[in-house]
Amino acid sequence: MNLLLEARGLHLKFGAIAALDDVAIDVSAGEVVAIVGESGSGKTTLLRVLAGQMAPDSGTVRYLGGDVLGMTEAERRRLMRTDWGFVHQNPRDGLRMGVSAGGNVGERLMALGARHYGNIRDEAKAWLQRVEIDAARIDDLPRHFSGGMQQRLQIARTLVTRPKLVFMDEPTGGLDVSVQARLLDLIRALVHELGLSVLIVTHDIAAARLLADRILVMRRGQVVEQGLTDRVLDDPQHPYTQLLVSSVLAA
Amino acid sequence: MTILLRTEGLGKTFTLHLQGGTRIPVLGGVDLAVRAGECVALSGPSGAGKSTLMRCLYGNYGAGAGRILLAHQGRDLDLARADARAVIEARRQTIGYVSQFLRVIPRVSTRDIVAEPMMARGVARVDALARASALLDRLNLPERLHGLPPATFSGGEQQRVNLARGFGPRHPVLLLDEPTASLDAANRAIVIGLIDEAKQAGTAIVGIFHDAEVREAVADRVFTVEPMQDAA
Repeated sequence: MNLLLEARGLHLKFGAIAALDDVAIDVSAGEVVAIVGESGSGKTTLLRVLAGQMAPDSGTVRYLGGDVLGMTEAERRRLMRTDWGFVHQNPRDGLRMGVSAGGNVGERLMALGARHYGNIRDEAKAWLQRVEIDAARIDDLPRHFSGGMQQRLQIARTLVTRPKLVFMDEPTGGLDVSVQARLLDLIRALVHELGLSVLIVTHDIAAARLLADRILVMRRGQVVEQGLTDRVLDDPQHPYTQLLVSSVLAA
Repeated sequence: MTILLRTEGLGKTFTLHLQGGTRIPVLGGVDLAVRAGECVALSGPSGAGKSTLMRCLYGNYGAGAGRILLAHQGRDLDLARADARAVIEARRQTIGYVSQFLRVIPRVSTRDIVAEPMMARGVARVDALARASALLDRLNLPERLHGLPPATFSGGEQQRVNLARGFGPRHPVLLLDEPTASLDAANRAIVIGLIDEAKQAGTAIVGIFHDAEVREAVADRVFTVEPMQDAA
């Protein structure tokens, strides 16, 4: 088993509230893992701890065997440039709004050492098309894009460097339902094509079913149930998972 | 012939936590063995647990008791205990499932939906697409539909897409849940042909066939699922 990310015994308290209460999780190469649960369950906190953006009170996080929590800021930034990607719920947190669409994609390549302007622009153009943005918009600023387009641009910016592991925090969060479906479908296709490993936080059960191989259900900082996605959703064991699954309206 | 799938003392009880912890025992002590090249039809009254057994065999429901042994890559994999990654790998390589309803993926074409599990099993894309088209043709799905997502197809058309997807990869073990429920006589005959060919190729098949004509034509024997008494 080709283990990429491995976390054990994570604890984190905000005052009296346990945001993470003895959480363990791992992600193998080529695997999509979803973390589901309602607001305040600790799922976004877990993602931020795993990505090295927030320190837990105790516990370990290892990426390819290396200690994530003990890394210097420079080492973590290097990992974010080379091996990792992070897709934020709000595209404005992942994009540079004052830089053109092409620049948003291209600067990630430049950070990895690409210098040939023509090649960078060609690759940026190819990625815009891949996320279904008209290549003619390459010089436009993202602030003139719709929410769905901004999110697709953020995905292009994240994936252009071919990360091994992508963290996604509610990537379909603030979008219209029709736009969500298109985005999920795009993510699903890209994950397949590129063989990405993805750790995705979502409160959308249907999104988890569509994308994830495995699922973890969080409640009050604890993982209450985990396993094969379709088994957890079709044969939930924990009372909270049963409530979560039965609360989804069938369309 | 070799046994490819067997259960030993398989049991399944559902606990409904939202209904005050009501326990519903559905399966108990199920011992089923299916050999290569054999088709076993599950029978029993409605609600006896035929579909629950099928879902346990695929790992979609977790087994409550007993073992589910699948001959997978030269050894027995116990699906009742296997972790999620092992179940995913077994589904990719060894065990296929044709459910009654197609879970439609938005915007993915019918041909790609059918080709996908073949490619996951290692078939080259060009060959997988060719076999997908051939299976869809054989199941009388007009070629103009092959490039469209099946979301707007009729129930019978979606079922045929599902069948093509299920028979495409030639898994050694195949589970069929009412594979002909929404099909007309001509298409039922085609499905009977597909099942016969799979058996001749050594596939072990477990099926639920409400259609007596189909069951007579394909089943080598019947396995009765007994309803359990409700424990209050």
